[in-house]
Amino acid sequence: MESPYAIEMLNITKRFPGIIANDNITLQLRKGEIHALLGENGAGKSTLMSVLFGLYQPEEGIIKKDGVEVQIKDPNDANALGIGMVHQHFKLVECFTVLDNIIMGVEPVGHLGFLRKKEAREKVLELSKKYGLEVDPDAKIEDITVGMQQRTEILKMLYRDNEILIFDEPTAVLTPQEIDELMQIMRNLAAEGKSILFISHKLAEIMAVADRCTVLRKGKYIGTVNTKDTTMEELSAMMVGRNVNFHVEKKPAHPGDAILEVRHMTVASKTHNNNAVKDVSFKVRRGEIVCIAGIDGNGQSELVYGLTGLEPLTSGEIILDGKDITKASIRKRSVAGMSHIPEDRHKHGLVLDYSLEYNMILQTYFESRFTDNIGFLRRKNIRNYSDKLIDQYDVRSGQGSITMARSMSGGNQQKAIIARELDKQPELLVAVQPTRGLDVGAIEYIHKQLVAQRDAGKAVLLISLELDEVMDVPDRILVMYEGEIVGELDPKKTTQEELGLYMAGAKRDEVKA
Amino acid sequence: MKNLLKRPGVQAFVASVICILLGLIIGYIVLLFINPQGAWQSITDVVRNFFTWSRPPQRLKQFGNTLAKTIPLIMCSLSILFSYKVGLFNIGAAGQYVAGACASLYAALAWGWGWLPCMIFAIVAGALLGAIVGFLKSYCNVNEVISGIMLNWIALYTTNTILSNVKETASPYTLYLNKENPSALLPTAGLDQLFNKNTYVTIAVPLALIIAIAVAVILTKTRFGYELRATGLNKNAARYAGMAENRNIILTLMISGALAGLGASMLYQTGYMRWECTQSSVPAMGFNGIAAAFLGGLNPIGAVFSSFFIQHITDGGQYVNTNYYSSQISDVISSVIIYLCGFVLFIKLTINRMIKPSKEKKGEKK
Repeated sequence: MESPYAIEMLNITKRFPGIIANDNITLQLRKGEIHALLGENGAGKSTLMSVLFGLYQPEEGIIKKDGVEVQIKDPNDANALGIGMVHQHFKLVECFTVLDNIIMGVEPVGHLGFLRKKEAREKVLELSKKYGLEVDPDAKIEDITVGMQQRTEILKMLYRDNEILIFDEPTAVLTPQEIDELMQIMRNLAAEGKSILFISHKLAEIMAVADRCTVLRKGKYIGTVNTKDTTMEELSAMMVGRNVNFHVEKKPAHPGDAILEVRHMTVASKTHNNNAVKDVSFKVRRGEIVCIAGIDGNGQSELVYGLTGLEPLTSGEIILDGKDITKASIRKRSVAGMSHIPEDRHKHGLVLDYSLEYNMILQTYFESRFTDNIGFLRRKNIRNYSDKLIDQYDVRSGQGSITMARSMSGGNQQKAIIARELDKQPELLVAVQPTRGLDVGAIEYIHKQLVAQRDAGKAVLLISLELDEVMDVPDRILVMYEGEIVGELDPKKTTQEELGLYMAGAKRDEVKA
Repeated sequence: MKNLLKRPGVQAFVASVICILLGLIIGYIVLLFINPQGAWQSITDVVRNFFTWSRPPQRLKQFGNTLAKTIPLIMCSLSILFSYKVGLFNIGAAGQYVAGACASLYAALAWGWGWLPCMIFAIVAGALLGAIVGFLKSYCNVNEVISGIMLNWIALYTTNTILSNVKETASPYTLYLNKENPSALLPTAGLDQLFNKNTYVTIAVPLALIIAIAVAVILTKTRFGYELRATGLNKNAARYAGMAENRNIILTLMISGALAGLGASMLYQTGYMRWECTQSSVPAMGFNGIAAAFLGGLNPIGAVFSSFFIQHITDGGQYVNTNYYSSQISDVISSVIIYLCGFVLFIKLTINRMIKPSKEKKGEKK
């Protein structure tokens, strides 16, 4: 009898030093279904998928394809079994065309080694018509939208006749409109008999598209449910292990004078010839949280670099608390009252091979409380200060102040940065994706801290890619598209759909500073 | 046992010892291939170095010679590891060492300066050369390895040219320091008496030890060291924290250069060696400093011991029995061992991999 399952992962256990990433997990993917894999960051989703792809070998458990046990030793084995994956960060060659990217690695070649692109093009066009995957085969990757890049990735899997398609958080980089399109594509694929694994932590999407959902928590298998028979609340309780308050509690804002004033800021891009930030002006006042929303790569990072001094401005002015800091060094801006929670905590926020206490003083080590007149560090003061922050901000680590930052969990690393930046008592807090990669509990905590800053009469500039965060946390939303601010929205009055139109560049207002 | 192995200090030490043993074994195999008869005798003589002398006074004197040559090696390895902590690979230490030799010898022989001014002049010369590398790195983004290697050659030939003015007419060597200007010789402060009147043992020995300790203190206990190590470990985070990256790079390479330059003065101002104005290769001292720095686990105090070991082996090479082997074999053996010393980080990684499974089991118990 033929097995109803395309792929079965039975009782998989995978250990890493210090943790069990997958503890006896079972995942059964039926033929032609869309199966969601839900879990917080660190729940073990990526490890499980890496096991399926042959990147890790499990200590226990077996994998079956069509009811037959198989050995997957490396990604080539996975490909041979018809397993394909669309990664969160696309694996495309930017300066190649869509067609070249699709056939890369499996190019049809004639006798003399010449490419037979005509054949390939026909197959690609046929596939794209069959599944409603609209692409231009001759466009270069760098010139097309993120949505079309994703469709290219999907076509890559189909071109290789993959039967089992894995989507790793595919909606993170898309606008709401593009997400709807993707959902339709996934339904088409399933209707044609493909089996789809959909990795996500966004409940609404799972409810909308998946047939069944398997939930993982802290490396353990929690259960598999039919999405028809469950609710978002139930799924979230399964994922987190408790009921979570999705809504951010806050009182109405009482904005005061402007703390930060940006006038006609232009910042050059490092990757292309255009300016990444084009003539942007805005204000952030005391007692308000202003959020800069937008799809990743529309100049938000460069805006922050220009603001914090990591990159010079091409033109424009920055006024902080009445002082012109356009040309001031990073240190001067920091001392003048600007705190910065950086986008990438490993790249900018921490020295991973320094102890926690040394990371706690990264912005203040030169002050007389930490360094004496001759230039020796006051180690006792540093220890006391670090212990105080650990206590106050509930930073958890193996050995307290002397723990190496590298060995801490992402959430606690972020808490350490937040402790350091908030304890400086900044007038302006620039928080860039402060909740990226964190679990629901940590996100709740960080949002509370941001609101507390606001209520203490400080100015907060939040840069976020998460739609829920954009809608919930700030008092004002500025939408950035291709380096410009294209709209100012009131989160209480707008909808995710309207926000999406602005983010995609389909709608724009003239925004005055 | 395995818990002990997890401590980084123990790991560094074990890795260094393994490297030394590997080097000796491979050196022994090389000797076996060339001529099996004298192999064991020769390799033991290399390790014994001055102990091959039967009379204690002779041993002491030879020990003093090894010590005198260890001092510049310590300084060069300190120079390498200091910049390495900031993430810079100062291969230009060899050239900075040459610049120090040039400055101290020329000041002593041409201008008749005393030992302290000569020494300071050597420090300045080394620092200047280091500063050039630093400027190129921070303002023109020139890789410090490239500019360092090129400056090594520039320093070598410039030194040959300059020191030709103070060389003997009949030989390519510079004039004898003890005949021309004894005031430029480093004071022995009675240390020569401890080594059977070996006047090459000078105040350079305690001075080098003090400097090694000072380097360790600066790196771990001061604000400057905090900044330097942060820059070396994560350049982006250092910039984000508002540390003056360019200034720190230049300052680091200047200090590195100063250490290497001082090392040269500490050797040439003992009179142990003279400069050969026709030499066409950069002295190995700066390069051996790389091996010494790594063998010492990139720790200033470790560098003192590893430098002594490397110099000990290098000197031991001269005791290889020339009845069985050509005289160049001594260089081959010591360089094989020094080469293997560069593998410390690799061995450390291997140790870490080997103790990994035991850590995993521990995690399970929790």
